[in-house]
Amino acid sequence: MLTFLVRRTFVMLLTALCLTFVVFVLTNLPPNLEKLAKTEAGSRISDAEVESWLERNGFARPMLLRYGEWMGVVPGWRNEQDGKVTGRCIQPGQDPATAPRFCGVLQGYWGFSTFFKAPVGEKIAYHLGLTGILMFWVMVVMVPMALLIGVLAGMREGSRLDRTLSTFSIASTATPEYVSGVLLIAVFASSMFGLKWFKGTATGAMNDVTFENFALPVLTIALYGTGYIARMTRASMAEVMTSQYIRTARLKGLSFRTIVLRHALRNALIAPFTVIMLQFPWLLNGVVIVETLFSYKGFGWTLVQAAGNNDIQLLLGCSVVAVMVVLATQLISDIGYVLLNPRIRIS
Amino acid sequence: MTDQAHDGPILEIENLSISFFTRLREIPAVMDFSCTVQPGEAMGLVGESGCGKSTVALAIMRDLGRNGRITGGSIRFRGRELTTMPEAELRDIRGSQIAMIYQEPMASLNPAMKIGQQLMEVPIVHEGISKAEARARALEVVADVRLPDPERILKSYPHQLSGGQQQRIVIAMALMSKPALLILDEPTTALDVTVEAAVVDLVKDLGRKYGTSMLFISHNLGLVLETCDRITVMYSGEAVETGSVRDVFDKMRHPYTQALFRSIPLPGADKTRRPLIAIPGNFPLPHERPQGCNFGPRCDYFVAGRCDAADIPMFPVPGDASHSSRCIRMNEIDWDAPPAAPVKGERTPIGAPVLQVADLKKYYELRANALFGGAARVVKANESLSFEAREAETLAIVGESGCGKSTFAKVLMGLETATDGRIVLLGNEVQDTPIEKRTAQTIASVQMVFQNPFDTLNPSMTVGRQIIRALEVFGIGKTDAERRERMLQLLDLVKLPREFARRMPRQLSGGQKQRVGIARAFAGDARIVVADEPVSALDVSVQAAVTDLLMDIQRENGTTLLFISHDLSIVRYLSDRVLVMYLGHVVEIGTTEQVFSPPYHPYTEALLSAVPIADTHVKKKHIVLEGEIPSAINPPPGCPFQTRCRWKSRVPGNLCETSVPPMRQMADGHQIKCHLSEAEFAEMEPVIEIAAE
Repeated sequence: MLTFLVRRTFVMLLTALCLTFVVFVLTNLPPNLEKLAKTEAGSRISDAEVESWLERNGFARPMLLRYGEWMGVVPGWRNEQDGKVTGRCIQPGQDPATAPRFCGVLQGYWGFSTFFKAPVGEKIAYHLGLTGILMFWVMVVMVPMALLIGVLAGMREGSRLDRTLSTFSIASTATPEYVSGVLLIAVFASSMFGLKWFKGTATGAMNDVTFENFALPVLTIALYGTGYIARMTRASMAEVMTSQYIRTARLKGLSFRTIVLRHALRNALIAPFTVIMLQFPWLLNGVVIVETLFSYKGFGWTLVQAAGNNDIQLLLGCSVVAVMVVLATQLISDIGYVLLNPRIRIS
Repeated sequence: MTDQAHDGPILEIENLSISFFTRLREIPAVMDFSCTVQPGEAMGLVGESGCGKSTVALAIMRDLGRNGRITGGSIRFRGRELTTMPEAELRDIRGSQIAMIYQEPMASLNPAMKIGQQLMEVPIVHEGISKAEARARALEVVADVRLPDPERILKSYPHQLSGGQQQRIVIAMALMSKPALLILDEPTTALDVTVEAAVVDLVKDLGRKYGTSMLFISHNLGLVLETCDRITVMYSGEAVETGSVRDVFDKMRHPYTQALFRSIPLPGADKTRRPLIAIPGNFPLPHERPQGCNFGPRCDYFVAGRCDAADIPMFPVPGDASHSSRCIRMNEIDWDAPPAAPVKGERTPIGAPVLQVADLKKYYELRANALFGGAARVVKANESLSFEAREAETLAIVGESGCGKSTFAKVLMGLETATDGRIVLLGNEVQDTPIEKRTAQTIASVQMVFQNPFDTLNPSMTVGRQIIRALEVFGIGKTDAERRERMLQLLDLVKLPREFARRMPRQLSGGQKQRVGIARAFAGDARIVVADEPVSALDVSVQAAVTDLLMDIQRENGTTLLFISHDLSIVRYLSDRVLVMYLGHVVEIGTTEQVFSPPYHPYTEALLSAVPIADTHVKKKHIVLEGEIPSAINPPPGCPFQTRCRWKSRVPGNLCETSVPPMRQMADGHQIKCHLSEAEFAEMEPVIEIAAE
């Protein structure tokens, strides 16, 4: 098991390295840099001025070298002009002599966001935390609900209960968040029906999560995911219920309840578990719409802002975090799979 | 409530009818079925697939699924009516008083639950005993089914056990609550012969020990003879004959039973002098059953106007109240008349060698974990194979699963290349030439007939097209018309009607599909045909016809047939020479007579004893092999068979454990790989003896 973990972690880091390089190259394409120069130094500067600005700020060097700097394995650039030393690792107002030579992701320095005028690391940590809270509540609502629906529907395939629950899950997963979100706001938060049970905005939840301000965004996301997971669980459960070992259990004289809970459930959860773990990356990036709809400034919202404003360092940071989260959840998913399924044991 | 005194029969089934309901129609699966099982008695239920025997078993358990329904008759268990029993009471009986053992042990155990839990559950639910008590009981029963180290077994998951061990666990599970009736649905079909013999032995012993009545469902008549007291033969949803095993085997009174016995290879059968007689025609589909006697259209004694007039009830056989048959002409037929045997042509003389195999070795490297590597282990699938096969000869390769017989077939076909050694095929060395590099002619000259006809035909191509495709690949025929003509000839060769060329594989029965497979193999005038268990997936009555066909084609074309099988009865019937394999080694080779009579290799001896023979005149020596077949990844040192050999103690010192025995010449063409001395070989008694009538 330990060697398995070490191997998997190693593979994960390698994947992360490759992916970050791809993202780095894409965000640092020449047109992006030119645009950056223009937003930083004024939009009317000439091409020559753009060149010199890029030169001065360390952008005009080979891509691989700059990737090394960003990673923190190559010393940061320094420029001396008019006796004043500027550099990647020298914060404004800092004495160049005391500044570190290396500053990159490995040293915990993620760059400086040009849009928010704040360190990228700090910014991402804050917004990721907000999305984390949202994700947590979505999972708490979505997973039990989906599994319950799936198991109930799958245990007697073709029954009335199955058809009712299946209709519900298909409907919920066929409704995109921007439709269900708007509907939920209209019904539960507007004066249209007079049911002002919840708040239509989740801005308040950024400081203090309450049932009132958080129920609608959580429900909007959960509804969409529920249908999907429930369908997977139902299919898996229905298959398990027709298997021979369930017949064995039935002919042992066990009650239907015991058969479902003790014999079918664990086997039926193996397939949906992978699907549930795949929901994490989707939640991280796919919640943009809901975050925007409910003005909840989470990770998705940050990513959109970074992309829209050509904030290279922030965009890079967001991408790396997203990649790491995806890889980490997949590792957890693989370990969980092994625990659920005794036929796969890693020795 | 459950153990009320009842001294009548354990199970009485009267005029039971079961139907399955589809959207289109009602499909009767079982009609007018009656049978009784007395306390302590074993009743055999025999028939071909689709005859309704498993449906009867499920009806007793009242587990017919949503579409199945009991439409008439009654099932009484210890005097209590099961057909109308409410679900809760039924649950009480299931598992505690009636238990069932299934065909596929792996599928019938929960893969995600430890063996211990699955066993303990039964008495906990039915008797409400504590966990500790249930555990003690489980340990006891696991020891009863002769599994080593019960503590460890209880803690393992099903996939950690071998097939034979899993089946023992299923048996243990059935015995946990000491049931009054045990239903065994083809309990050994998925197992190897020697494992099967051990399991059957166990079931018989346990039945005696616990006094359990048994309903033993099987298609194997030999197995029923060994295990049961009485037998009911089923055909197309009806019981056609019932009586004591001796009566039915020796004095059968139904044409179907008779035809069934004539189509299985018994020790006296011979492919030229006393060939098998296949049952003509096909099994009727449930909704296409004929009027009157279901067996009528295939029966030799059929009389129009009488046999097809009305439904035929069961008649008792005169002079024997316990024996009855569903034949209206029972008293008119001369049952002792010998069959009008079709005279087969003389066997073609055996010609020059076409295939020579010398010291062939095939090793596989196995990684501990496919994804992440790990120490490589070597599987020695074939270890120094040497033999030759001659033109027009049938050479049988016999052995249990994992002995390397299929690996050899793959190397010969070129699907794998050999690790070492030589294969000379029609004068060319082919051991290192994979199939992609072989010429079309070489490929056409060595062809294969596969075990499972259901998987080897492309489901979306017509039969004719598939054969023409083979002809195209082999480069036979210049034009499409020529190839088409050849395809039709091939259909004639395998005795299929020409209009089958336009049919899809799904419209064919198993036997017909296998005929198409044979036609395809012979498309390029194959000189050597490797038949890998060609009939083991087919029903007995069809087996005879397909075997016969292979023999006929061989006689006409002088083809060399390499017949891979684990079924020694059929091997004895059709092969000229036999090669016995065990764990990648050839342990014995010789003519069929030499291999089937002493001196034997100890493994051959055990194998012969394990094969059930459906003949009451045959006396067999009882040899049960202990233990499992060792894995080819970790073979025992020295002689491969030493871990299970009953003769091992006769060899001085630890010779068997330290050195692989040499191949010894016993007689002309008869070789045995064993350390036993000449004197001990001379001492061996024949395993199978046919008692005088």
